[in-house]
Amino acid sequence: MDWVNAILQGTLLGGLYALFAAGLSLIFGVMRLVNIAHGDLIVLAAYLGLTASTALGLHPLVALVLVVPAMFAIGYVLQRGILNRTMGDDILPPLLVTFGLSIIIQNGLLTVYTADPQKLQAGNLETASLSAGGLTVGVLPLIVFITAVAIIGALQWMFYHTALGRAFRATSDRQDIAQLMGLNRAHVFGLAMGLSLAVTAVAGIFLGIRTSFDPAVGGSRLIFGFEAVIIGGLGNLWGTLAGGIVLGVSQALGGQIHPSLQILSGHIVFLVILAVRPRGLFPKMEG
Amino acid sequence: MQVTRTSPLSQGAMMIGLLLLIGLVAAPWWAGRADLRLLGEIFLYASLATLWNLLAGYAGLVSVGQQAYVGLGGYAFFALTMLFGVPIYLALPIAAVAGAIISAPVAALIFRLRGAYFAIGTWVIAEVFRLVAAQIPALGGGSGASLPADIVKTLADGRDAREAVAYWLALGIAVAVLAAAFVVLRSRQGIALMAIRDNELAARSLGIDIWRTKFVTYVMVGGLTTLVGALIFLQKLRISPEAAFSANDWTAFVIFIVVIGGIGTLEGPILGTLIFFALRETMADLGTVYLIALGAVAIAVMLFAPAGLWGLIRAKTGAELFPLSFRVVGLAARQATSSKD
Amino acid sequence: MPEPILKIEGLDAHYRDFQALYGVSAQVDQGEVVAIIGANGAGKTTLMRSVAGLLKNRPEAIRWKGQAIGRLRADQVAALGIALVPEGRLLFPSLSVEENLIIGGQIGRKGPWSLDTVYRLFPILKERRNQQSTSLSGGQQQMVAIGRALMSNPELILMDEISLGLAPVIIRQIYEALPGIVGEGMAAVIVEQDIAKALSVTSRVYCLQEGRVALQGLSATLSREEISRAYFGM
Repeated sequence: MDWVNAILQGTLLGGLYALFAAGLSLIFGVMRLVNIAHGDLIVLAAYLGLTASTALGLHPLVALVLVVPAMFAIGYVLQRGILNRTMGDDILPPLLVTFGLSIIIQNGLLTVYTADPQKLQAGNLETASLSAGGLTVGVLPLIVFITAVAIIGALQWMFYHTALGRAFRATSDRQDIAQLMGLNRAHVFGLAMGLSLAVTAVAGIFLGIRTSFDPAVGGSRLIFGFEAVIIGGLGNLWGTLAGGIVLGVSQALGGQIHPSLQILSGHIVFLVILAVRPRGLFPKMEG
Repeated sequence: MQVTRTSPLSQGAMMIGLLLLIGLVAAPWWAGRADLRLLGEIFLYASLATLWNLLAGYAGLVSVGQQAYVGLGGYAFFALTMLFGVPIYLALPIAAVAGAIISAPVAALIFRLRGAYFAIGTWVIAEVFRLVAAQIPALGGGSGASLPADIVKTLADGRDAREAVAYWLALGIAVAVLAAAFVVLRSRQGIALMAIRDNELAARSLGIDIWRTKFVTYVMVGGLTTLVGALIFLQKLRISPEAAFSANDWTAFVIFIVVIGGIGTLEGPILGTLIFFALRETMADLGTVYLIALGAVAIAVMLFAPAGLWGLIRAKTGAELFPLSFRVVGLAARQATSSKD
Repeated sequence: MPEPILKIEGLDAHYRDFQALYGVSAQVDQGEVVAIIGANGAGKTTLMRSVAGLLKNRPEAIRWKGQAIGRLRADQVAALGIALVPEGRLLFPSLSVEENLIIGGQIGRKGPWSLDTVYRLFPILKERRNQQSTSLSGGQQQMVAIGRALMSNPELILMDEISLGLAPVIIRQIYEALPGIVGEGMAAVIVEQDIAKALSVTSRVYCLQEGRVALQGLSATLSREEISRAYFGM
């Protein structure tokens, strides 16, 4: 029963990892950009939630109403102000610029909030649980998981059924021809990054409610998100959800063997999948 | 008319470099203990920067996980000396070889990732190494271990002599790494690397085996970075997973050094190291503000002067201290005569 | 005589590191169909891409109804009413046929062209509307590319090598559609390898040679000798 429980908890944790990954997946799909600062932006969102809930007395989930648009704006400005200048055939500039951003965000958070671990207080929600057939599921992990499925479903729908999604796909296909269609690439990229960070805002708030956080934890969030993307297969949003679940379950099972093996076993499963299926479990169909 | 790589400037630089080297070798006799330690640290950072530059600036392998090999070197060195009783001077080369051997399967695995995803893949590897190191109870697990005094004493007799030897080892590795980078870049391997960097498609059509060229570079850099890591922790005498596999200390700083100094040149990392230490010695008290400033400067350099400070200097003066590019001698004279036709 | 809608004056265009156009001057009147001919590498595509805003130039080198547009971005040029059918068609592979057309109309300019009218012009596209654009034949893809440009209801359409790589029967079909396109008062610039074809559907012609205008004149009156001299530089 412990093992079944571990798989269940791991699956729910995978929802959070899919949320970490969805924003990463989106910007890679639209503009082939990998944002090294992604994890630190997740943590930034958690701190924004902290400030909103302590200063205004809001419940962290209500604070989303402020944090999501704030992160969208940060993403749009970041892309148009800095990252668009780095876009091109050479991968080095975006990589190093986002790496520099990561250091700036980390140390900026240290300056403002210190290194003390923080947590978002969500009241009863943190401890509420449902029981059935000998298994207990926390209401919060369940909400996180359902939100992850809903967000990925919404992103998928946006990508294939809206004008914005059409613009994203067209720009991803051929940037200059999309420009001929009246789509300003700089603006489209800004929207993609804004959307990516809006998803990141949700991920950050949930992270902050689930566990304590400090300015240094961004790196491992980036890695979890990245592993979910690669395990699921590049450019496949539902695959990313599956990748998050695989990673979450691997960690939960490793933790079941010994608590110190939790994170390591996730990495090892990732490396094994990379070795045997380098294109991920659900590679995007070509053509 | 002839084609050459040297110029009067590079020959002059060679002479000055030799004199400088003699002065540095003699440093234990003229420098204080604190200065000696600082110089040793500068040499080790210059080595890390040169090695990372070889990967990212020449082979196009942008790694953000070289702390994997620094930490591996430290842990291999501690394990060999503490657990297996290997003498210090033997443990160092064994650590280097171990680093190279381990980096081969790692390369085979993470070379499956392209570009920026490769970068994050290297980070995963570093995390795996860190988590594994924390699982070794004989080396203190998560809290780490100190090198026992009786092992330290085998380095040399007396504290001054030990400090001097540690210093010479750091100087030696810096010279060796720089020489190795110089020789590699002038070899067929280096020409292949630069061809790949300039145009991967064209390089492939010229019959260059891109995967193999990158693989060889990665393994060589892995082995040498492991050796540098062993020396770093020989100086520190204490190791822990957090310190050994620190992404900030062994990758972030190194990247800033190379980017600010000038990526893709041999001179850049050296210039960057000097700037980095000058800033650190004057601004380190500022703590996080210093790091924010460092990040901002690196971003600004990447956006507005992607060739770094050395790139700016070279663009203005054409200077090249390490003769790598070919130049045609006597072309001007020849053009002058041919224009009379 | 009315002002030309497009006026190019002393255009020096660079493509990557090398200069592709040297002081090119040309103009297009309202509703006029003009041909650009010239050998490979003469600068025809560079000229098209310059006008469309894909290459940045001196602002005054290209004027649209008097406004200097040489430095505008492609999306800004498109909004003014200039559409390009690029060489090689360059459809969006992740978009269906219909989505390719819809995105062409994204700018929202008013005019006669809509999904309905494009489907009436090329009925085969209606049958294939939900297919991936890459699954079509070359000729059908070219129809999508033309339809995509028309969807923005331009006042000037630039067609770069629309017959390249197509079977003669398909080329004839596409050129037969041309009067229906320009009949609405739209001006057109057609880059064409087939000189006879180019002369037969246009009123004026410019011949480019190594980045310079080597010859210009009325399509109906230029002699073969003049053209081949300008074309090959002999």
